[in-house]
Amino acid sequence: MAWLVLFFMVPIWYLLRTALSTSDPSGNTSLVWRWANFSDSWSAYHSQYLRSFWYALLCTIFCIAIGYPLAYAIAFRGGRFKTLLLGLVVVPFFTSYLVRTLAWKTILQDDGPLVRVMRDLHLLGGQGRLLSTSWAVIGGLTYNFLPFMILPIYVSLEKIDPKLIEAGKDLYSNSFQSFRKIVLPLSLPGIFAGSLLTFIPAAGDFVNSALLGSTNTRMIGNVVEGNFLETLDYPSAAAISFVLMAIILVLVTIYTRALGTEELTV
Amino acid sequence: MSVADAPARSGAARWLRWVGKHALTGWAILGYVYLFAPIIVILVFSFNDLRGVTHPFNYTWKGFTLDNWAHPFKYSDLAHAMVKSLQIALIASLIATVMGTMIALAQSRYKLRATSLVDLILVLPLTTPEICLGSSLLTLFLTLGRPGLGFTTILIAHVMFCVSFVALTVKARVRGFDWTLEDAAMDLGAPPFRTFTRVTLPLIMPGILAAFLLSFSLSIDDYIITVFNAGNTITFPIAVFNEQKIAVPPQIDVLASMILLVSVGLIAVGTVSRLVRDSRLASS
Repeated sequence: MAWLVLFFMVPIWYLLRTALSTSDPSGNTSLVWRWANFSDSWSAYHSQYLRSFWYALLCTIFCIAIGYPLAYAIAFRGGRFKTLLLGLVVVPFFTSYLVRTLAWKTILQDDGPLVRVMRDLHLLGGQGRLLSTSWAVIGGLTYNFLPFMILPIYVSLEKIDPKLIEAGKDLYSNSFQSFRKIVLPLSLPGIFAGSLLTFIPAAGDFVNSALLGSTNTRMIGNVVEGNFLETLDYPSAAAISFVLMAIILVLVTIYTRALGTEELTV
Repeated sequence: MSVADAPARSGAARWLRWVGKHALTGWAILGYVYLFAPIIVILVFSFNDLRGVTHPFNYTWKGFTLDNWAHPFKYSDLAHAMVKSLQIALIASLIATVMGTMIALAQSRYKLRATSLVDLILVLPLTTPEICLGSSLLTLFLTLGRPGLGFTTILIAHVMFCVSFVALTVKARVRGFDWTLEDAAMDLGAPPFRTFTRVTLPLIMPGILAAFLLSFSLSIDDYIITVFNAGNTITFPIAVFNEQKIAVPPQIDVLASMILLVSVGLIAVGTVSRLVRDSRLASS
């Protein structure tokens, strides 16, 4: 416990301190309570902030669109293969995160088969590309965070007592009604947990953008990483990081209030 | 469920139902294709023949070879990075498992006054983007007068985010634990330590093991938090990230496939042995 306090709470305090400092070119920081760092970070990088949240939102929506039917199919159609099917969802994620993302680069590359087929079908222009576009980055994010959506939804679907659905049928609901009135509301906690588990890491991610994107798809994570590790502009990077954390906390609070779910444990 | 189909159903409704039923299956299959596409690429491209190229970029297929698998450690940087990642993952998840288990046990055994506060602190690292965790730790280390960033700082960072996962996993396992069993053991004269090792520990072992495996896989795969606190130390993800700007040798895919096959193998063995044990228990 002390470890968490020491290495989680204390660093956040230092992050705030650094965010309020100025630095000299060699990277030494001194605390001068420079609140302007925060407003500067927003005015200089607001497009990256907005892009990050937009990408993360789309990623979450795609994860629900792909993950919910998949979890539903496993939970209700899986039969005795349930465990195997669920295991198959997790298996791809035993390979390294970066290698997986590099594999997407192989799939999406300009002279790869996927781009060729899409060009032939005129889904892409003659010079159209997939790599280095926003869609490549969003696709990568969706892929990498998909299990975090499928697993919580599966857990909440699995908990549903089939008797409830049968009771609904006895009361003359058709299958769509019983889905909308029984299954969907009961699986909301899973969707809730899943969307937090995908949105939050997606908003702060910079690996997908760095590998699959271009300078036009820079996310706020790329800025933090660049300012911290390349230009050594610690105060500005700390300010951005702090603002990002604050925005996410606010969003999560609003979201929690709106859905009224208190259970965060998966 | 489907047995209870209403007998009189219009053709259109039946057709819709058929589409509904098979659309779901089809969508699920597409979902699995999406999940496995990169994995298949990794496995296939680990056999890509890129010999004789100085800066190989393993993106286009050139031909089949077994050479990459024969020399998986050809690029010593990658191999060293892999060893370092394994070391960090092993140590970090051991420490995190012990600490996380203690937190979980303390929380469920004793009604702590600040339980909800502890819960909040446990959940917060999970709801904070990794980049904020990584960068805030870096500011701490920088303010502490830049101790050598490297193995130790990576270890500290990994234990930090693994502890939360361990504590939450073990807690879920311990929730239904019958603490009177401990009292029973003590009534029978077992000293507290013996009670713990002979009664409590075996009962919560599956949870602890799951938590350990979870932290191991999180730790070995982490790039974002690690890169902030690594200094000059190179772990496998960092090596891959740095390398991919200059070259992407097929050995990356070979090493990734190895990890995949080993972990899938371990899980398969675990599942089969559990199934065998269960059926034996059932038959006896």
